[in-house]
Amino acid sequence: MDEEKRENKDILDDSDDLDVSGEFEDLIESSSSETYELRLFVAGMTPKSKRAVERVRRICDDYLEGRYELEVIDLYQKPELARGERVIAAPTLVKKLPPPLRKIIGDMSNEEKLLVGLDLKKKDEEGN
Amino acid sequence: MVNPLDDSDNSGLPKARTGIEGLDEITNGGLPEGRPTLVSGQAGCGKTLLGMEFLVNGAREFDEPGLFVSFEETEEELKDNVDSLGFDLEELSDQDKLALDHIRVVRSEIEETGEYDLEGLFIRLKHEIERIDADRVVLDTIEALFSGFSNKTILRAELRRLFKTLKGLGVTAVITGESGDDSLTRHGLEEYVSDCVIHLAHTESSNVYTRRLRIVKYRGSSHETNEFPFLIDENGFSILPVTSLNLDYKVTQERISSGITELDDMLGGEGYYKGSSILVSGTAGTGKSSLCAHMADSACERGEEVLYLAFEEASDQILRNMRSIGIDLERWVDAGLLHFQAERVSMYGLEGHLAVIHKLVNELEPELVIIDPINAYLTGGKELETKTMLVRLTDFLKQNGITGFFTNLSSADGTSESTEVNISSMMDTWILLRDIEQGNERNRGIYVLKSRGISNSNQIREFLITDDGVKLKDVYVGPSGVLTGSARVIQESKDRTEKQNIEEEIERLEIELERKKEAMEAQMDLLKAQLQTDRMETKKKLEELKTKREQVDLTRQELSQIRNADKQDPQGS
Repeated sequence: MDEEKRENKDILDDSDDLDVSGEFEDLIESSSSETYELRLFVAGMTPKSKRAVERVRRICDDYLEGRYELEVIDLYQKPELARGERVIAAPTLVKKLPPPLRKIIGDMSNEEKLLVGLDLKKKDEEGN
Repeated sequence: MVNPLDDSDNSGLPKARTGIEGLDEITNGGLPEGRPTLVSGQAGCGKTLLGMEFLVNGAREFDEPGLFVSFEETEEELKDNVDSLGFDLEELSDQDKLALDHIRVVRSEIEETGEYDLEGLFIRLKHEIERIDADRVVLDTIEALFSGFSNKTILRAELRRLFKTLKGLGVTAVITGESGDDSLTRHGLEEYVSDCVIHLAHTESSNVYTRRLRIVKYRGSSHETNEFPFLIDENGFSILPVTSLNLDYKVTQERISSGITELDDMLGGEGYYKGSSILVSGTAGTGKSSLCAHMADSACERGEEVLYLAFEEASDQILRNMRSIGIDLERWVDAGLLHFQAERVSMYGLEGHLAVIHKLVNELEPELVIIDPINAYLTGGKELETKTMLVRLTDFLKQNGITGFFTNLSSADGTSESTEVNISSMMDTWILLRDIEQGNERNRGIYVLKSRGISNSNQIREFLITDDGVKLKDVYVGPSGVLTGSARVIQESKDRTEKQNIEEEIERLEIELERKKEAMEAQMDLLKAQLQTDRMETKKKLEELKTKREQVDLTRQELSQIRNADKQDPQGS
């Protein structure tokens, strides 16, 4: 986290530390060049899981082509990961990189929220 | 893994014993086995500890491994918190008898989009349960989920499913929940957990906090419905049930002296039974503490250890006061036989005090425990709690064969009688000290109201505090009633004078009689002498007269001879 902040400061040295929304916008700008590491935890191949997998894949292809890693994990197969990754809900998409760590839960039916969660869209544009 | 129940609960419902002192008694055997139990209460009332003790006891005593799922405290925090209770969670987890799982729910990390479920949590729980083959599970406190997820509909459905799953797994679960303003739990967990609900409260009365536990419901089983005070001390959780009195302690025939010979005499000549509980009640200044001091003194003289809990005086003050009536307790303190513990009850509250007494008794192993006075507890708690606590205390002492000596300050107008009656039912011997007001004077009276198994005196004795300790005197019972103090002394001296007067009178009369007799006898002697004299004189006269008559006869014969006449004439013609 600290490292990230420093990095951002290096890129945009005249940014005001106290202006959080400005920093946030800058973060979104900067994220366009970063590599995404994503893990999608599902509990069995239920319709809900399938929907989530499809939607995450589509978003990744649309917005992050060539700069993302997506791992789909079935918690039934690897139950120990539920603890390790602190996963409670299913499906859960964990954005490990770039920071901050974020968990997006649900069948990803709300694309806006998914994009905001992945820092691919500003939160204040969230109209629905 | 069904525990055979040794409790006489006829419901046939299998129960998992908690191993928590008192809880198994009031639930008639423990929590419903294989079912979830809800423990609700405010923050800091001991929910987490109850859950943890349930697991630790299960792992240690009943060979039932347990899983502790914490939504608030981390594994490290949990370990540290119970470390002081002697629960080594590390060791138990190494043996796979206990698993700790901290589930962190951070709202800011989570973005919700669309439908989801909590299968991740379910998988996580199942995995841990299977890993250590857990029979017991604690969820503390699952309501944290409500702050982590915004979709309450999903959450509620998932909770319902969770408890169903836990039941399906056959684990005995304890779910804790924070109480709401009007409801048992803030988010209405009682809606899902309906088998057994236990409520913990931390209530304040007269500035003293008391923890209480109540079983709100227990489906299919009988249980106690009262609120029970409980305490948390260095041995963990313990509940003080009134009704779970264990009366199977050993009793002894051994008697111990009260330290006052006359009082021993009133108690069948031998004093109290060892290991019994004795209550001395009386109004202010009737000498209750002096009786305590005598008791302590005589016990120490026998070489017994004594624990003296003084709630109204400092130990130095007691030592000084008792020295003034000729009882030197200081030598016993120096010899290490007499242990004073002087403090106000309000310092700890009721539960804290009981804990302190337990601890001291276990440490010192005294043969006599003196509590002066037990009223101090009434200011520290409510009547029921006080009674509960005293029942527990006397029970505890009896089971250890320790004599309990309690004093109770009763009010002069007798309003505290009901309290006394409540307490006295637990006591084997009840001694009453009373003020007797008479003739502008207040004196002390003592009598034995009851004494189980002892043929005690029914007499009221006057109770004197002298420079040489307590002395008992027979009260004056005379035609004008019972007298004590100076009235008794005056009456006694009056009696003495009166008696003396009578005696003198008797003596006087006797002497007079003697004198009269003597006088009469003297007279009689005189008369006898007179008689003697008279007789002598009369005799003399008679002699003279006889002589005279003979002479007369002689003369006549001579004359007739001389005249020689009428010789044949019969004489006396």
